[in-house]
Amino acid sequence: MTPGNPGLQLDIHQAGPIPLDAAFACAPGEVLSLVGPSGSGKSTLLRAIAGLYRPEEGRITLAGETWFDTRRKIHLTPQQRSAGLVFQSYALFPHLSARANVAAAMGHLPDVERSARAQALLATVNLRGLEDRRPDQLSGGQQQRVAVARALARDPKILLLDEPFSAVDRATRQKLYIELANLRHQLQMPVVLVTHDLHEAAMLADRMCILHHGRTLQVGTPEEVMSRPDTPEVARLVDIRNVFEARVSRHDAEATRTWLDWMGTALEVSHSPRFAQGERVSWAIPMERVILHRRDRPSRGEHENPIGGTIVDFVVLGPNVNIGMRVDGPGEALLQMSVPAHVAHRNRLGLQERIVVSLLAEAIHLMPWSGLERRSRD
Amino acid sequence: MMDWAALTLSLKLSAWTVALLLPAGIVMGRVLAWRQFRGKAAVESLFALPLVLPPTVLGYYLLVGLGGQSVLGKLYGDLTGHTLVFSFPGLLLASIIFNLPFAIQPMQRGFEAIATDIRDAAACCGMSPWRIFWRIELPLAWPGIVTAMVLTFAHTLGEFGVVLMVGGSIPGETKTIAISIYDRVQAFDTAGAALMSAVLLALSLAAIGVAYGSTARSGRRA
Repeated sequence: MTPGNPGLQLDIHQAGPIPLDAAFACAPGEVLSLVGPSGSGKSTLLRAIAGLYRPEEGRITLAGETWFDTRRKIHLTPQQRSAGLVFQSYALFPHLSARANVAAAMGHLPDVERSARAQALLATVNLRGLEDRRPDQLSGGQQQRVAVARALARDPKILLLDEPFSAVDRATRQKLYIELANLRHQLQMPVVLVTHDLHEAAMLADRMCILHHGRTLQVGTPEEVMSRPDTPEVARLVDIRNVFEARVSRHDAEATRTWLDWMGTALEVSHSPRFAQGERVSWAIPMERVILHRRDRPSRGEHENPIGGTIVDFVVLGPNVNIGMRVDGPGEALLQMSVPAHVAHRNRLGLQERIVVSLLAEAIHLMPWSGLERRSRD
Repeated sequence: MMDWAALTLSLKLSAWTVALLLPAGIVMGRVLAWRQFRGKAAVESLFALPLVLPPTVLGYYLLVGLGGQSVLGKLYGDLTGHTLVFSFPGLLLASIIFNLPFAIQPMQRGFEAIATDIRDAAACCGMSPWRIFWRIELPLAWPGIVTAMVLTFAHTLGEFGVVLMVGGSIPGETKTIAISIYDRVQAFDTAGAALMSAVLLALSLAAIGVAYGSTARSGRRA
């Protein structure tokens, strides 16, 4: 990391045609992943950084250099910016060899150096021996590597990756993940990775930024964002399906516990004094933290929030079973969990069976109420 | 008997038409492929009009439009002392106009076939617009450009109606090989007509061969 180099700083707003309301930063050497469903504006933001899209309002600076600033009327062209962009389609030049594709981005070097440098870059991405092939003579994974080499050929100040793994098969993808994870340690510049795959983001990024309708909802480490979402909206976007609403009934500072009233059931959660007594809150629990009670040995644990209900969804997904439980009581709440198939078998689980589960107090995460909870069954 | 003067004139007219329409077609085809503007559909329709208009009708309007009474005809007459109609420059102008769809449309398709991502990628590689044009756009649009040139050349070689209307049939000035063939048939010189027809047929086949050959080659390459 270069001392004093602030890396990328972005702050962009626009009402339409693609609504944007985004702010984030990415330090040199850091991998920041922009995550969101399709249409959330991820690629548009990437294109704005590269200079291919001009937002209505905002500012983008890189290493202290202003690339875009509507107030100062600055809008550098892609040529002036020096951003390496790997397109989702790779966008390789079909009539040029792999080497010529990479050398095409070396306008800053003297002619004689380009070929050797292109060769070296292709070797870095494990393409030695394939330099003379044209894109149509390369596999999807090899094309992606050429695209990465070409993006780096300009010695860019930032590397931008737009869904770079979406066009290859699963096995190739795993290989490319490892290559990128290795490559990133050699890179001194900020790296922004756009993906709609949470798993991919969590694996490759130091921090992730959740985007929805062009708005940055939360930026943090994958662990932070995925286990402690700021809002129910983020919770849904990181695929936490159990999001409900409740009321804070009381705080017990001594026992470091807070009690919720969830449709008449008392739920015990970690002490959360930032929510006032009587306040409406949202709470979430990841599927894997819902613990099924064994039928032959019901739990009487103190902190386990035992909840009873009926199985209304039972879907076998490989070695696991996704279970939807209709919670007893008036709320019609649907609690989702995943259990190994052998556990489901041993406990003779099936549709319409009654079960009891525990919601671990530490696993329950509280968020400000937003009214989105009712849609949590989507 | 072979009318060499007519063949030479036809080749000269075709070569000039191609030479002038090549840069103009590239510019217009590129603009129509990538730019959105008001009245684009109208412009495209206008360029396509010579495809559907009977050649004699097009020839009539060109005759009127380029004639001594027209603005263009007057201007040309004042500048050169000659008339625009029944002259080689007039014929060339008419040839350019009736070849517009043959030149522009294949080139437009050629440029349209280049994905936006490719051009964006070139810009992100730091290539200047001029360099992108020469190194990326032109090679990728090349099959369309070759097709346009070949079609224009062959079409000019064989055009009859417009040429007769605008150029008349002045030997060495506006009498093209297509008109010469017609003259020979009128004069019952079937041998001469047959010979010249065979030459035109051979030239047309060669042109089509070049067009298909170049498209297939770059098809394998792309």
